[in-house]
Amino acid sequence: MWAAGYRVPKGMSRRHFLQHLAGASTMAAAALSLGHTLRVHAADLQKRRKAAILLWMSGGPPTIDMWDLKPGAPTGGPFRPISTSGDVQICEHLPMMAKVMHHLAIVRSMSTREADHNRGRYYMHTGYAPNPNIEHPSYGAVIAHELIDQRPELEIPPFISIGGGSVGPGFLGMAWAPFTVDSNGRVRNLEMGVDERRLYQRLEALAVIESGFIQQNRGPAADDHRKVLQKTVSLLTSSQMAAFRVEQEPQAVRDRYGNTPFGRGCLMARRLVEVGVPFVEVDLGGWDLHSNTHSTLTNNLLPNLDRAMSALIEDLEVRGLLQDTVVLWMGEFGRTPRINANAGRDHWARSWSVVLGGSGIKGGIAVGQTNEDGTRVESEPYAAEDLMATVCKALGISLETTFTSRNGRPMKIANGGKVIHELFA
Amino acid sequence: MARRFSLGQRVAAGRLAWWLAGGLLVASIAWPALVYGQRSSQPDYGEPIRTINELIRRTWQDYGLRPSGPATDGEWCRRVFLDVLGRVPTVNELQEFTRDRSPDKKLRLVNKLLHDDRYTEEYARNWTTIWTNILIGRTGGTERNSLTNREGMQKYLRDSFAANKPYDRMVYELVTATGSTAPGTPNFNGATNFLADKVNQDNATLATAATARIFLGLQVQCTQCHNHPFNDWKQQKFWEFNAFFRQTRALRRTAPASETPPGLGTPSAGGVPAPSRQTAQYAELVDEDFPGENNDPSSAAIFYELRNATTSVAYPVFIDGTKIPESGYVSQVNRRKELARLMLQSEYLDKAIVNRYWGHFLGYGFTKPVDDLGPHNPPSHPELLDFLARQFREHSYDLKELIRWIVLSEPYGLSSRVTSGNESDDPLLGEPPKFSRFYVRQMQAEQLYESLITATQAGRQGSYEEQERRKNEWLRQFVTAFGNDEGEEATMFNGSIPQVLMMMNGELIRQALSLQPGSFLHQVVTSNDPPAKKINYLFQAGLARNATRTEIDIANKLLLARQGKVEEALQDIWWAILNSNEFILIH
Repeated sequence: MWAAGYRVPKGMSRRHFLQHLAGASTMAAAALSLGHTLRVHAADLQKRRKAAILLWMSGGPPTIDMWDLKPGAPTGGPFRPISTSGDVQICEHLPMMAKVMHHLAIVRSMSTREADHNRGRYYMHTGYAPNPNIEHPSYGAVIAHELIDQRPELEIPPFISIGGGSVGPGFLGMAWAPFTVDSNGRVRNLEMGVDERRLYQRLEALAVIESGFIQQNRGPAADDHRKVLQKTVSLLTSSQMAAFRVEQEPQAVRDRYGNTPFGRGCLMARRLVEVGVPFVEVDLGGWDLHSNTHSTLTNNLLPNLDRAMSALIEDLEVRGLLQDTVVLWMGEFGRTPRINANAGRDHWARSWSVVLGGSGIKGGIAVGQTNEDGTRVESEPYAAEDLMATVCKALGISLETTFTSRNGRPMKIANGGKVIHELFA
Repeated sequence: MARRFSLGQRVAAGRLAWWLAGGLLVASIAWPALVYGQRSSQPDYGEPIRTINELIRRTWQDYGLRPSGPATDGEWCRRVFLDVLGRVPTVNELQEFTRDRSPDKKLRLVNKLLHDDRYTEEYARNWTTIWTNILIGRTGGTERNSLTNREGMQKYLRDSFAANKPYDRMVYELVTATGSTAPGTPNFNGATNFLADKVNQDNATLATAATARIFLGLQVQCTQCHNHPFNDWKQQKFWEFNAFFRQTRALRRTAPASETPPGLGTPSAGGVPAPSRQTAQYAELVDEDFPGENNDPSSAAIFYELRNATTSVAYPVFIDGTKIPESGYVSQVNRRKELARLMLQSEYLDKAIVNRYWGHFLGYGFTKPVDDLGPHNPPSHPELLDFLARQFREHSYDLKELIRWIVLSEPYGLSSRVTSGNESDDPLLGEPPKFSRFYVRQMQAEQLYESLITATQAGRQGSYEEQERRKNEWLRQFVTAFGNDEGEEATMFNGSIPQVLMMMNGELIRQALSLQPGSFLHQVVTSNDPPAKKINYLFQAGLARNATRTEIDIANKLLLARQGKVEEALQDIWWAILNSNEFILIH
């Protein structure tokens, strides 16, 4: 595994190598500069270390059956609402979630336009509709990029995707790409096979070839490779890699989260936030319920989600992390209020819900509302960019932050979305 | 503090002197001529390459761009091997090209790669890999209960590319195929695997979207449910196109144990068929009479639902409005054959393929993505796209001709270095590509694998099937399927950390570094060449160039650090070469 015997002691060889690589970059033109707005003293950093966890419901969850029930309506489905610890009602098959809803808010007035998986995933992750000419950075890349200065001690990647399904770093470059692991936290190819001294000697030779090529000015890919290499070497020798090992948790804790990929993923997310990772995404797939929606929800998806997500909220709260960690639950869209001939619901983006909380976001409330059969938003509609602006605000990231491309095109963070003010007291 | 290693300090002075005397310090060795750095001039290859160059130059003029200079022979040679055969050139192949003094050396190399018998298998293998991923994705046929037989798909493609089957013929066969999916079963037709997993579920919407997107460059998947705001396609058109596939079914078949042919079994992950003890599953693609959702086979209609929950009706109508008879009886109208016939008449067919191939070789097509030619997505070079499409049709859909035109064109031969004259030509910033330099891009996972195998001869043992199986197992670590109704998947082989870790520490790299007798490095170590030549040999094998002064210096230091053990120093250098940006990038 990550080879305790090969860990680099507090010596210079690693830093030396990293400096070599860093030196190479001065020749490469910085493609993009980003206005860092966080200029806080180092002493304040530790205690104000913000983070976000995205629970990504891949496939598009039927939020009408979960967070915005329509009992009695022809579109309502068989589920009944139950009361919660907050001032909201949710689905009867989420009883454990009901006990933590005072920490979370439901936004019931999401209204978006992308009802294709690929486009929806891209849009909800970036705040931008897909555009063939530019790739936008996803949540994880943006937030990791903005919060990285708060954690100089972080040696593992700042954007971790558990179970895959995330969206890439776009124009921020591969250095901000999600580091994808499976829910067992297995990372392949960590065994170096040579002693550390020889590894660093090899790395010095590599740095020579690497920087020679960068200096030939062939575009950003060459320098991106260097940055990723640097992150890889950092990770390879870091004790923080232990955060991936959920099996080190007491049995009772693991049982509380549930022995499912999503349960382990949520537990891993907490461990990663604890060591300082600013952004973790956990994937739960299987929501593309074109047929038999309600039986699948009852038997599988809802119990799994209920246990793991409620455990995460509780655990973050108990450890004092929830006050600085945003938890955001969403998929690429909702599902049709109308139930189709196969007892399923199809893609639907016009009126659906997301759930979020932590880091100062007001809990126990529902924002916005849909009409009596759930087919229309009846209050102010919100979209991906508004949600992203809200999360940024909760994390203390200025919405004035602008990415500037080399040809001068300004790209506002969160695509100029407006903060959902009801979520802040 | 000073744990930084300083090479040489640890070596006793006397020992160092011995090395110097033995000429082991490679910097003291005389330099071989830098043939890889030379640039060959661009001869006139006649039409249609002349017009391609003219149209490309016109854009440069329009935008005031000065193109980069030509690529070096080494760079160009590496590029062509990677793009045509899917791997880097061997040192022998590289030297053969760089030493060729004839003015038409590029043409000769291209002709060799395309037409010489010794490259037929590799050419077919490469394009089979590319087209398998296009037609059924990287995960197609790898999941339990999949109706697709990945080997069957590959067998069909391999035979087609080895024979250089005309592209229109291939499309016709893929769209109209009937028969069984698995090699060795009765009625085998590997072409069935394109549609085998796309017709049964959700009324063949996957077949509809994939056929329109892959062969016609039309993205219609969103219009299944609604008229798309940014797309000219209407929902009606989607279902009219869909109606062509409604006679088609994929039937699950079982081969009895005794008849189970080799390579056929229960599909398992990675396309590795597990030997089956009792029965083996495969599918048969058939056309059956379609009664229509109105239950009237003489006029078989389908119904679809508009967003306002009202129902509408559709019969088969091609994208240009051409109707075919409404009968659902196969004996009267074979809807897929009608569709294929109409597709072959469509200019979208020609545009889609030349755009795809241009994108393959130049890094960007004339549209982004390459398979979206809809009116909402205007191409960067409309005239050139039309010209190439027409030429391709006029040259009988000969894919090797198309490849020859593209790789001998001026833009393909440019250096990838950015200059002050073409800085603004940067598609990464959202600018339409002007092709005033060669855009650097990362190798695909398959290209990397084949390149490592070529450069190191690791994993070359065994039959074609065994080699493909090992490759698929290795590739599997990078692919994730999203598991939704559009069959989308993602690759982690994208320049991120897992890929770098694999290159640093993976099993394949360990094999590449092996010093066992018979291994690549062992051969280099035991050759009679002086150390400098050995080092250059490694740079040629990995990077198609000689080592620079600084690289020789660091090699020297490694030699000292390894206390004069040349084989270990070469191992270290080889590791560094394989892990470099320059190796993983096509430039």
